[in-house]
Amino acid sequence: MLSQEALARIDREIAKYPPGKKQSAVMAALRIAQEEHGWLSQEIISFVAEYLEMPPVAVYEVATFYNMFDLKPVGRYKITVCTNLPCALSGGEHAADHLKERLGIGFGETTSDGLFTLKEGECMGACGDAPVILVNNRRMFCRMTRERLDSLLESLRAESEEKGRR
Amino acid sequence: MLTLEIDGQRVTVEDGATVMDAAHRLGIYIPHFCYHKKLSIAASCRMCLVEVEKAPKPVPACATPATNGMRVWTHSPKAVAAQKGVMEFLLINHPLDCPICDQGGECQLQDLAVGYGQSAHCFSEPKRVVADKDLGPLIATFMTRCIHCTRCVRFLMEVGGYQELGQAFRGEHSEIMPFLEQTVRSEISGNIIDLCPVGALTSKPFLYRARTWELTRRRSVSPHDAWGSNVIVQSRFDQVLRVLPFEEESINECWLSDRDRFAYLGLDSTERLTQPLVKRGSEWVAVEWETALQVAVNRLNDVRAQEEGGRVAVLAHPMATVEELFLARTLAETLEGECDARLRQSSGRADSAREGAAWLNSTISEIAAFDGQWFLGSDLRRHLPLMAVRVRTAARRGAYLVAWSWVADEWRVPGLEWSLWTPATMGAALAKVALVVARRAGDDGALPRWVAEWAADAALSEEGTVALVQRLERCQRRRIWLGEGLLAHPQAAELEFLAGVVATRIGATVGWLVEGANAVGAAAVGANGAQSASELVAEPRAAYVLLHAEPEDFLVPQQAVEAFSRARTVVALSAFASASLRETADVLLPVTPFTETSGSFVNIEGRVQPFTAVVRPRGESRPGWRVLAALTTLLGREARFASTEAVRGAALREGWRERLATKPIARPPVGVPALERVEPAAVFRWYQTDPIVRRSTALAACTEEE
Repeated sequence: MLSQEALARIDREIAKYPPGKKQSAVMAALRIAQEEHGWLSQEIISFVAEYLEMPPVAVYEVATFYNMFDLKPVGRYKITVCTNLPCALSGGEHAADHLKERLGIGFGETTSDGLFTLKEGECMGACGDAPVILVNNRRMFCRMTRERLDSLLESLRAESEEKGRR
Repeated sequence: MLTLEIDGQRVTVEDGATVMDAAHRLGIYIPHFCYHKKLSIAASCRMCLVEVEKAPKPVPACATPATNGMRVWTHSPKAVAAQKGVMEFLLINHPLDCPICDQGGECQLQDLAVGYGQSAHCFSEPKRVVADKDLGPLIATFMTRCIHCTRCVRFLMEVGGYQELGQAFRGEHSEIMPFLEQTVRSEISGNIIDLCPVGALTSKPFLYRARTWELTRRRSVSPHDAWGSNVIVQSRFDQVLRVLPFEEESINECWLSDRDRFAYLGLDSTERLTQPLVKRGSEWVAVEWETALQVAVNRLNDVRAQEEGGRVAVLAHPMATVEELFLARTLAETLEGECDARLRQSSGRADSAREGAAWLNSTISEIAAFDGQWFLGSDLRRHLPLMAVRVRTAARRGAYLVAWSWVADEWRVPGLEWSLWTPATMGAALAKVALVVARRAGDDGALPRWVAEWAADAALSEEGTVALVQRLERCQRRRIWLGEGLLAHPQAAELEFLAGVVATRIGATVGWLVEGANAVGAAAVGANGAQSASELVAEPRAAYVLLHAEPEDFLVPQQAVEAFSRARTVVALSAFASASLRETADVLLPVTPFTETSGSFVNIEGRVQPFTAVVRPRGESRPGWRVLAALTTLLGREARFASTEAVRGAALREGWRERLATKPIARPPVGVPALERVEPAAVFRWYQTDPIVRRSTALAACTEEE
């Protein structure tokens, strides 16, 4: 279900913990599985559970707890907007509204071209730079005014097209 | 030891005890939901907040370790304010549906809300609604009522041995659920109904049947396995509506297996026999008791007059009481016939060869203390669900556990070395272990020749054998368990002898996992003869008297049907008129199940547990012991007893305990043939073990799901 590379990476994570404590690697294993598959299907969760010798529901608990894990398919770019208090006070809500309007989708939805998914996120630890957004769990963008959001969407579209051409 | 003060009272507790433990020691009640003495600490409900001197804010009593000189107030204004605050939070999302909730009247949340709840709260937003989950035919869910104490999750993980439920999502979106498209398969799942402090998990068969305060409660003993779990049987208008565990730490703790909990549904089966029936031609005719007894006696007398002695067999289900079995034996003696209660043992040879009767050979509490346990031929999780719970405790304490089974069903015991065999390959492997152990002790010459012959076929390496033995020898208290499957085996005597060879040489004791609530009692009152009941149907007799036994209860049901069809007469004392009995019997006498008679069971650890009737006998049915006494008297032998106590006094005489075995068969059985290639005929049939269990609709639905 997962590639040899992914399994090797999971094995490296398992090796970080004492023998018999495989389940400690569950978050890392889910992250690696999600990177490879794009999202965590029921089958992937069962696979990770079996691989780590855990009951599937225990893995499911973890997968549902953290909102960086996606339990449904997402677009090529998953944009997570922080709407926690400091961000909200500095325009986080407005940033979210702007994105919704530009993309024509609500939270938890994906654009029809499969390019963008919008998600509501929790504090990303950069309240001083609010509003903060995160792209694909990895790339963080700060002080997201409308203009900066528009240019970000432009650059992501361009990036996608470039990849498509290649 | 630590000394602390709670509500002004001083108390001393062991190191590591919590404030909650200390309060219980003093008999002080601290309100709680998630805390349970048998489960790990979660501290998720926060209801047990108490005030502690010098602590900046209230702390949860269940998760706060007691310290020396600590001063705690459980009902100070600060503590009560905190508890009321928690209650307000808990009630934010809890529906106000007590009038239609099954838990109403026995609900911890309801009770505590009376003391700590307010009639209004600050939260005016909508309450959340949670979709119900499918947890199988036994448990009904109303997940909106859930307060996320996670008792059910922890129970299935820690006591059930496998986490089947989890708390998914987070915060306000938290839900208790099984993994997608799965359900709960634990054989002790019903306990989460008791554990649930609210009405989120309730009994599906009991749903909307009655209110708790309408029910009459009586203590009783469960007749569905040899464990002898203590139960409370609840009834209304002479109908049993619910069975709950009665806490008995040394037997069932506070748990009950699903079989014990839901078998009661079988009592209301449409097949209940409520009137004596006599077969005239091919028609069943309802008759008066006197007529029925007279017909039975005449038929038995006819057989006795015409046939040689020993042609009548009295076969009793091992769920029959001590009193019934004693009188069954008396009846058999009167008829100069045989009596037996080992319906599912291929042969009586092992019992005859052994000194003493098979039993646990220790107390139930001791099971968790054996740090080396080797199970042979048991399907433990289904056979003795609550023994599996004890074995899990042993596993948690680091015991070395090995199971050789021939039923492909995992036991859910962490760390268990489980392997699958067939009856024949297990025999060979066991012979190999015996041979290796004897060789090491230098006395393999004393073993009979067949041991080496059997061992030659073993699918077990020399190193594997030595490793197993050495690992067991490193343990302090070693135990070899002879499972119900092994006891049912045609070569049980040989297998037990082999186990005994190993046990004596590695310093292990042996325990027998017998089948039937009163299997030990049957042996104690001498209700078993030389041949097992299976043998008594394999070599048909001229007449049979059946007690609580239907052909389905026998090891090979087809063999029983054939024997009964061929017999000149079959008198069945039964609570149910099954199709098989209607087909094969000549007289059907309605006797009461355990809920409608007094009596006693001797459980697997040799404990005599008397019980009384819970409801009145249904229809014309009568307690089995009275019917047996009447039959015996009519057959010409005086058997008059005033009560079950009187019968018990005659049945269990001083010194009966000395008849319980302490050692396995020591002398090699003679004339041993080659290792029999028996197919696992003795597979433990789940939820098919006795006439009541078989008729429980809820349990039947569980097996259909399998």
